[in-house]
Amino acid sequence: MNSSSHVPTAAERRSLEDDTLLHQQPGMAVHLTGRRRAATLPDKPDETILSVKDVDVYYGKFRAVTGVNLDFGLNEITALIGPSGCGKSTLLRTLNRMNDLVEGARVDGSITFRGTDMYAPEVDAIEVRRRIGMVFQKPNPFPKSIYDNIAYGPRVTGMKVENMDDLVEEALTKSALWGEVKDKLKQSAFGLSGGQQQRLCIARTIAVKPDVILMDEPASALDPISTMRIEDLMHELRREYTIVIVTHNMQQAARVADRTAFFTALADEGTGDRTGVLVEYGKTSQIFEDPKDQRTEDYISGRFG
Amino acid sequence: MTAVQEKGGPASAPGRPAPSPFKGKKRPGEAIIILVLRLAAVVTVLTTIGILLALLIPSLGFFREVPVTEFLFGDRWSPRFADASFGVLPLISATLWTTGIALLIAVPLGLGAAVLLSEYASPRLRRILKPILEILAGVPTVVYGYFALTFVQATVLREWVGLDTGAFSVLAAGLVMGVMIVPTVASISEDAMSAVPGALRQGSAALGANRMQTSMRVVFPAALSGIVAAIVLGVSRAVGETMIVALAAGSQARVVGNPLEQGQTMTGFIANAALGDSRVGSIEYDTLFAVGLLLFLITLLVNFISIRFVRRFREAY
Repeated sequence: MNSSSHVPTAAERRSLEDDTLLHQQPGMAVHLTGRRRAATLPDKPDETILSVKDVDVYYGKFRAVTGVNLDFGLNEITALIGPSGCGKSTLLRTLNRMNDLVEGARVDGSITFRGTDMYAPEVDAIEVRRRIGMVFQKPNPFPKSIYDNIAYGPRVTGMKVENMDDLVEEALTKSALWGEVKDKLKQSAFGLSGGQQQRLCIARTIAVKPDVILMDEPASALDPISTMRIEDLMHELRREYTIVIVTHNMQQAARVADRTAFFTALADEGTGDRTGVLVEYGKTSQIFEDPKDQRTEDYISGRFG
Repeated sequence: MTAVQEKGGPASAPGRPAPSPFKGKKRPGEAIIILVLRLAAVVTVLTTIGILLALLIPSLGFFREVPVTEFLFGDRWSPRFADASFGVLPLISATLWTTGIALLIAVPLGLGAAVLLSEYASPRLRRILKPILEILAGVPTVVYGYFALTFVQATVLREWVGLDTGAFSVLAAGLVMGVMIVPTVASISEDAMSAVPGALRQGSAALGANRMQTSMRVVFPAALSGIVAAIVLGVSRAVGETMIVALAAGSQARVVGNPLEQGQTMTGFIANAALGDSRVGSIEYDTLFAVGLLLFLITLLVNFISIRFVRRFREAY
């Protein structure tokens, strides 16, 4: 590292940013990280963890998304934005095979996770979901105790856990909830506020130690303060996890995401069916400050969507 | 006060309150509807009280002649012999056997069908299976009774399996009763499980749980109150079921030691004795009501225990 020609690795860059982050005011930090990171972020991800190639998603005969090519960088936060019906949530759900649960859903093209096609016949969708977790739009804790909500994933996936208490504490600490719930672990998760419930769902996801966390508008049902806490949390989680977030809130994308993919819906002239397409994908700073496509510019400047 | 009135609009004369901006309450139709609904509730309650009184009054007559302890703990039931004896244990034992056997069949099959329909079946399969299940619930119990007597007891148990049993057995009655209760248990628990929000299933799947784990660890506990209600209804139907046991279980009131024996259940006795030759006010007549009251109390007890159980273990969503 003392070599002057040393190019910092992704991890080093991040720790550098995080150190500076500690000295900022909490409110300012979010704003500043985006810019600071934009300066050090490479144009293409150093290392790709999820790769989407020529993907079409169908529900029965209806084509919801077509021709998507996207590489998600390891330990980066990628935001999927676009107007309603542009297929961003649909695409998100193909990234951990949640769409398998929908009757008639089908994926063409390939989605690889660390180089392995996750839709190959020999791949177990359940194993895929263990590696790629998901946080939903509306907090959906189980009607169990806070403790059991966290312990559920490790239990059902047969994880070898030496001490469940430690694992629960670790997951809750990482999701910035431990201090608020440590005295009521045995109480029902339904007693928590909406924001706390959503952080519990994030903690529950972390507990199975996934590589990627998919978030489907995780803050859209929350108040601004809870939203801010979730966003702060995402910055923390980026050290260990890759995050893909779907959001309707462009400011949120600008605040949290390293890279942003903008989708829109094209109407078929014959049938009128709307199909989602990827318009532009790049560093968040580029998408918001220097969009290459007119549709992106129109959308982020609020002219449509 | 006056300051407020002076601030009123130009329409309000000084010193008089402003006219209300709202129209008066005039909805006679709604008042009638509320009255009808109240009446419906009152009729149900009154009916229940009436049944209870109709059971209680003749029972009191019975217990004036037969001590409660002799009734509950005596093991000889011969109310119509000259040397009459009113120990109800033989009837209870037969009821326990038939109900127990029925539940052994109905609970696993019913819950299995419910999990299949609610968690695994495609909409198409569900559209086919559910009506078939409900047809099973619509078969008259007398048909089930003859099915138990002529096919299950005579053909299956005696001829095919070669069991050493007579013309009647609590086993045949219990087995068929179990089949009869399956739709009740399946349908109500399926409703309870289907009502569990899909978001919980998705949350479970997203953590890497398979369908069986999701069904057993998330859906089942969340639907527990409905599932227990389904089983309790099944128990109530089994305890109260009359035609099958009257036809297939036999009519000898003896303490039943094994399921191949015949036995007379509480309902079986009532059906048999109520054929019309007991004089009103006689001890035989009152016996019917004492047994009826006992049936009622047993069902009540099962309900009570199940409510406690649900409060303790359910995971409300």
